[in-house]
This record gives sequence, C-alpha cells and structure tokens, in this order.
Amino acid sequence: MALITSILEQLLNGLRIGSVYALIALGYTMVYGIAKMINFAHGDIIMVGAYALYVYVSLLKLPPVLAVILTIITCSVIGITIEKVAYKPLRKAQPLAVLITAIGVSYLLQNLSLLIFKATPIPFGSIIKVPSVKLAGLNISGLTIVTLVVTVAVMVGLTLFINRTRMGHAMLAVSEDKGAAELMGINVNRTISVTFAIGSALAAVAGILYISQYETLLPTLGALPGIKAFVAAVLGGIGSIPGAMFGGIILGIIESMSKAYISTQLSDAIVFSVLVVVLLVKPSGILGKLKAEKV
Amino acid sequence: MKKYGKQILYMVIAVGAYAAVMLLVNMGLLSRQMTSLIIPVCMNIILAVSLCLVVGFLGELSLGHAAFMSIGAYSGALVLKSGLPVVVSLPLAVLVGGCCAAVLGFVVGIPVLRLKGDYLAIVTLAFGEIIKSVFNAATPITGGAGGMKKIPAVTTYKNFTFVYILMLLVILLVSYLVNSRHGRAICAIRDNYIAAETIGIKVSRFKTMAFVISAFMAGMGGVIYAGNIGILKPVNFDYNTSIEILVMVVLGGMGNITGSIIAALLLTVLPEMLRGLSNYRMLVYAVVLIAMMLFNNSPMKRILVEKKNMRQAAKIQ
Repeated sequence: MALITSILEQLLNGLRIGSVYALIALGYTMVYGIAKMINFAHGDIIMVGAYALYVYVSLLKLPPVLAVILTIITCSVIGITIEKVAYKPLRKAQPLAVLITAIGVSYLLQNLSLLIFKATPIPFGSIIKVPSVKLAGLNISGLTIVTLVVTVAVMVGLTLFINRTRMGHAMLAVSEDKGAAELMGINVNRTISVTFAIGSALAAVAGILYISQYETLLPTLGALPGIKAFVAAVLGGIGSIPGAMFGGIILGIIESMSKAYISTQLSDAIVFSVLVVVLLVKPSGILGKLKAEKV
Repeated sequence: MKKYGKQILYMVIAVGAYAAVMLLVNMGLLSRQMTSLIIPVCMNIILAVSLCLVVGFLGELSLGHAAFMSIGAYSGALVLKSGLPVVVSLPLAVLVGGCCAAVLGFVVGIPVLRLKGDYLAIVTLAFGEIIKSVFNAATPITGGAGGMKKIPAVTTYKNFTFVYILMLLVILLVSYLVNSRHGRAICAIRDNYIAAETIGIKVSRFKTMAFVISAFMAGMGGVIYAGNIGILKPVNFDYNTSIEILVMVVLGGMGNITGSIIAALLLTVLPEMLRGLSNYRMLVYAVVLIAMMLFNNSPMKRILVEKKNMRQAAKIQ
C-alpha cells in the first residue's frame, strides 16, 4: 500500500512538472510548425515571465491577478519584438544562421537579466495560495491542482482557438504551405507574429507555474526547462499540438519517476537519453508526421 | 615560387610567433597575467579550429564541443596523475584524451547519420548535458561536483613548445583536410547534401569522419586545459563553454580557419585586458552572434559581395 501511495504521489509530481513542460512545448511546436525554426530563446521567455512576475508582485506590489495579466502581456510583447528584430530578416536565410541567431537571443536575454537582477538567487514565494486536498490517503497540494486546472484550461482554449477562429485557421494554413496561404490572402507576417505572441504567453504562464514550484529566481532558470520542453515537443512529434501536450506529460512523469526511484543526479541524463533514443528510433516523434523531402 | 608563396608566408608567421613569444617570456617582458594567457590562447585556437571543421565546413551546428573537451580533459588528467615522467605522460595523455573524445565523437556520430540541422544541434546539446551529469555522478573517478584535484601542472608556459607544436599540427591537419578530396566532399555536403549524395559522396561517412576528427582535437584541447588549470569541475564544461567556442568560429567567419585563429586569440586576450567590463562580456558575445548573422544575411552584405565580384571581374579583364 505504501508503495502504491508513493508511486501515485510521484505520478502527481510528474503530472505537475509535466504540465509545465507541456505548456512550454506548445510554444516550441507552434513556432516550429509555422516559422520552421527552433526558437532557442523560448526557454528564456519563461525566465522573463518569472522575473516579470517578481517585479510586479514584490517590487510594485500589484495584486496577483493584475500581475499575472501584466506578466503575460510583457512576455508576448517581448516575443513579438524578438521575432521582428532577430528572426524576420532571416526568414530566407540558411537554417544554421537562424539557429545561431536564436542562440544569440537566448544568451542575450540571460545576460541582460544577469546584469539587471545580478547572479544571486532571489527567493520568491509562490503567489498561488490554495489549500491542499486529501484524497484517499493522498495529499494533493494546492499548487498541483492549480497547475493541472490551468494547463487543461489553456489546452482546451488553444485547441478551440486553432480550430474555431479565423486566426487559428490562418495558422494551420501557414504551417501547411506558406506560399499558398499568402496567395489566399492570409497575412503571413501577422500570423507569425500572433504565433510568437501566443507561444510567449504560454511560456509566461509556464514561467509563473514554474516559479511557484521552485520559488527561487535565477537568470538561467529558463534554460533547463526550456531544453526539456523541447525534448517533450520532439518526443510528441514537433509541429503537432496534441503531441506537445502528450510529450510534456510523459516527460514529466519519466523525470519524477527517475528522480524518485533511480537517481536524482542522473535524472537529467535519463531525460536527455529519452530524446536521443526517440530521435534514433522514430525521428518524427510519437504523434508527428514524417514529411518526404522534395528535391 | 608563387604557388608556395602563401605557404612560406604562413611558415614565417608560425616561426615568428613562436620566436616572439619565447623571446618575450625569456626576457621577462611579459607580466604574469600575460604569461598565464599563452597556453589558453593555444588551447582556444585548437578548440576553435576543430569546431570550425564541423560548423564551418560540414555546416552542422555542434553545441556539445565542451563535452568532447571534458572527456579528453578527464581521461588525460587520469594519465597525467599516474606518476609517469612528464616526457612520457604528457604526449600519452594528449593521445589518450584525444582518442577517448574521438570514441565519444563516434558515438555521437551515430545519430548524426540520421539527423541534420536543428535536431542535430539539440542532440549534441543533450549529449553535452548527459556527459556533464555522468561526470557529476561518477564521484569515485571524477571527484563529482567538487572536482578532480591535484592534476600536475604540465602544460604551463614552460612547456609552450609542446603545446605550440600541437596547435600547429591541428591547424595544419584541418587546413590540409579541407583542401583535400575528403574536405571537398565535406564542403559539398554542406552546400547541398542531396546533390552530394547523387554524385556518390557517402554523406554519413564523411559527416562521422568530420565529427570524429573534430572531437579528437577537442579532446586534445581538453588535456591541455587540464594540465594548465590543475582542477577539473563538470561545471566548467557546460553549455556556455560550447557557446564561447562557437562565438570564436562565428566571429572568425564560418569556414575560415585564419579567421577562427584570430578570433580565438582576440577573444582570449581581450576579456583579460578588459577585466572591468567582465560583466558585459557575455552580453557582447550574444550581440556579436546576432549582429554577425543579421549582417551576413542583410542586403548590405549582398551589395558588398557584388562590388567585390565586379572588381575581381574587372581585374581579370
């Protein structure tokens, strides 16, 4: 019985961290689907979100709800700015050039926050204050409940947005064939900007949930979850939205299980080995489609 | 005579640089800070030139160069600590370090056979993180996060000749390789891998070859690092180290060995000179990366290149 309880507890932990990964992975996958690039700086938007929340809540003393909304807006604006300044001029450039630029942007964000907020970790208590629930001998923390509810809500909202609205359809069309979409009168540049805005907004939500779990601010806090969420996106099949959700949850569970039952130190190595194995066995991911390359 | 002119020039530069450094050191004209920089400069040149082979000539982005360096550093350090006389242990350590890194390069090379572009970059990054956490976890051998200590300081400026020769060998090897048949095959893969495949170039074989050679040289660079710094910590071989080497390659102009060498020299010496601005160093690196890429793809660059071509065409006529 004790073993089952502990496994269930780890499963819940995995779900909690996995939902954060899923939210980040959605941003990777959407941007990849539309701009065909890996936005390396996406992980650092999480960091920006966490620091923005800290500034709004602790320094400006704003009420939490307003702070959360402002954080999301801040991240979206930064996401669009990055796209306009750094990625848009390179839309026709080699993939290598785009990738190096994205790494440069990621580095820039990290070092800017290092200069502004210094390298010392800043303790920052969770803004989510929900009492925990006891269920059949299991103690479910309030944070877990909030995380899961927020993630499910965001995912449902995103699916509805993509399938029901004009903008969502435009996104699907652009990701299918940019040239044809343009001929149909879709404003490709605006669609790409909206994608970056949504991706960054999701990263902001993920950043808020992440910082509520870890409660310490560091300029590099976004790097590791960013890479792991990328692993999740690849695991689920990059470019596929259900794949990103699925991949994130699976990865979270793998991570918390290996932390609990194998080794804390090696859990990162295990997560990355998953990526290597997936790419070797099924490079298109679990739910991804393999596209034949045209010559 | 004209055919050999360039090579003679390079030889004069190589010998001249060696003589200048030796003279300055022996006459005691260099400050301690400067003498301590001699070996890191050589090491960074080795690392930058080896990464240049993969990024510049093969056209694939490797974000795990520090991992190859670390495996070379740790295995080389074990040899250095074995107590053999330096004359034996140093060349042996360099060889062992290089070989261990090359083996890892081969292991990483297997996914390389199937991946390219973004995925490849991420896999090399993942490998780097895996290696780092393994070194962190394998405390009995590597000393874990506390670090591997008391490595004999064999590659200080007193052993400059050995390191310098090693550096020259690396530069020579890469420059001869890229001008050889194999090197042209590697460049062909970069320019258009489908076209390369159709004319019978074995893409996966040449990719693996470039990777293994690059890893071998990075491993040797790692041994020099170990012998110079005396203590190895997994933290020293993280993502940032890989990026620093990448910045050297990008700043030097991708696919330009001379450029990489000059960039490595500058980016090792300048930060030491500008200690006061050390907080801004990484910020400047980031800006350099973005600015270089934007400039390379800007209309301005295209106009400059066209002008240069016109001038050359006029000269021929």
